[in-house]
Amino acid sequence: MKKLMYETDTRQVSSEDTACLNAQHLNIGYNHDTVVADINLALKVGQSLALVGTNGSGKTTFLKTIVGLQRPLGGRITSFGRNPGSLPHRIAYLSQFHVSGFVLPLRAIDVVSMGRFSSIGLLGRATKQDEELVSEAMQMMGIDNLANSPLWYLSGGQQQRTYIAQVLAHRADLLVLDEPTAGLDTAGQELFSQAMKTELSRGATLITATHDIKEAAACDVVMLLARQVVAIGSAQDVLTPDLLLKTFGIQIPHH
Amino acid sequence: MDWFITPFLANGFMLHALLAGVLVSVTCAVVGTFVVLRGLAFIGDAIAHGVLPGIAIAILLGIPAIIGAAIGSVVMLSGISLITLKSRLSSDTAIWLSFVGMLALGVIIVSRSASFSGDLVSILFGEILGVSIQAIIIQVIAVIIIGAVTIICARPFLLLCFDPEQAQVAGFSARLYHYIMLALIALTIVVSFQTVGILLVFGMLLAPAGAGALIARRIGAMMTWAAVFGALSIYFGLLASYHLNIAASAAVVLVAVFIFFIVFTMQTLRGQPVRRIELRPPHE
Repeated sequence: MKKLMYETDTRQVSSEDTACLNAQHLNIGYNHDTVVADINLALKVGQSLALVGTNGSGKTTFLKTIVGLQRPLGGRITSFGRNPGSLPHRIAYLSQFHVSGFVLPLRAIDVVSMGRFSSIGLLGRATKQDEELVSEAMQMMGIDNLANSPLWYLSGGQQQRTYIAQVLAHRADLLVLDEPTAGLDTAGQELFSQAMKTELSRGATLITATHDIKEAAACDVVMLLARQVVAIGSAQDVLTPDLLLKTFGIQIPHH
Repeated sequence: MDWFITPFLANGFMLHALLAGVLVSVTCAVVGTFVVLRGLAFIGDAIAHGVLPGIAIAILLGIPAIIGAAIGSVVMLSGISLITLKSRLSSDTAIWLSFVGMLALGVIIVSRSASFSGDLVSILFGEILGVSIQAIIIQVIAVIIIGAVTIICARPFLLLCFDPEQAQVAGFSARLYHYIMLALIALTIVVSFQTVGILLVFGMLLAPAGAGALIARRIGAMMTWAAVFGALSIYFGLLASYHLNIAASAAVVLVAVFIFFIVFTMQTLRGQPVRRIELRPPHE
């Protein structure tokens, strides 16, 4: 199996200031079942990384390990030089499923406001600035007119925009997004990619799991996963027909 | 007018019942909201039934029943957590078995003593017409504790209802706040059993909060609606019990369930999308 190691800048990156994510011989999985073994990756602050693979390829497991929801089974992983889960106010996570969003008596604005909780903490007071960040995030996803609508009243796509706005309101240094464009219409996808450009331009780092090759091609680094690291490198080097065939097991039309 | 007010003014026991009942409504509204939103009905039900042997042993030993209930609920909670953590059996099976086991144990203890039959009925169905001042004071303390904990933990509790993983990522230990929530459920059941009984306390936890979930747009509003529906159930249940000479706590719960179905029907007739209220989480 051909492995393109993405180690171009590992030595410069060793300084904690510039290493947003650092994985060495990382094994990920659940309990004793390894899903992906020996992940090596150094991601600099301000870079974007796409994880590409089929369902069950290990994308979600990797994201959960990055944010500290899953313990690594072996090796080392740090973000900003710290163990996963120890910097909640700097890291935002968009999960693929929302457990009970359909039942909850919550308005869209309540959901987006939760993005501020890790910064405000248990007992802190929400400030004017928190409110501004929340309304700004809703504007970015084009749902400011739905602020007072109950969550159950929104369509699936509008709910997804709400969840993305929650992540934007976080103002995190690292955004970890699990299939963020799933369920979004064309306008929603456009707003999302604009929002990601804004996030990157203010210096945030982006990690996205996606099936969408076009979305992946826009990222600085692409990692192909199929219960193993098929390849990792720049979009140009990695998104080739033969590597995609290895990743997806089917022929993908070249574009 | 006499029919609606006099029973409470003329009889001290009715006024006490109303007071204790309204306090139960408030605790059950707050805690029931979390039970409904997080799909914890099953665990709550298990606690409610698991306290029976605790109470039975306490009465046998001559110590206050509330202490026995508290110990029973702690044993039940730790048992459930242990089985859920250590075993690969689904937690449903584990909880159901501990629930049946505790109930059987309670009945065995009760059956060993002939003098228990009267006590057993009051444990299961409560003694709302015989509530002591002491029980009312305990209820007031419970309202304060539950209110304070809910206000302090508002953010993690909200995140837990939304998505436990988001709570964890936001820096609030999902497990810790889950257990705090379970402790509040246990506290509610332990302090409410003397009033409405352990079989019926669960109706007061689910029915008013369930009705509130159908109409509220915010969690705070859901709690308020639940408290109003609970208090109305207490008032009309007691009134019906007084005038028709029927069992008081059963009448209260029947009114609460009745209110739920009225709200449910009205929402359906108004063409509101009736939301699923799941008593189990969609996925673990």
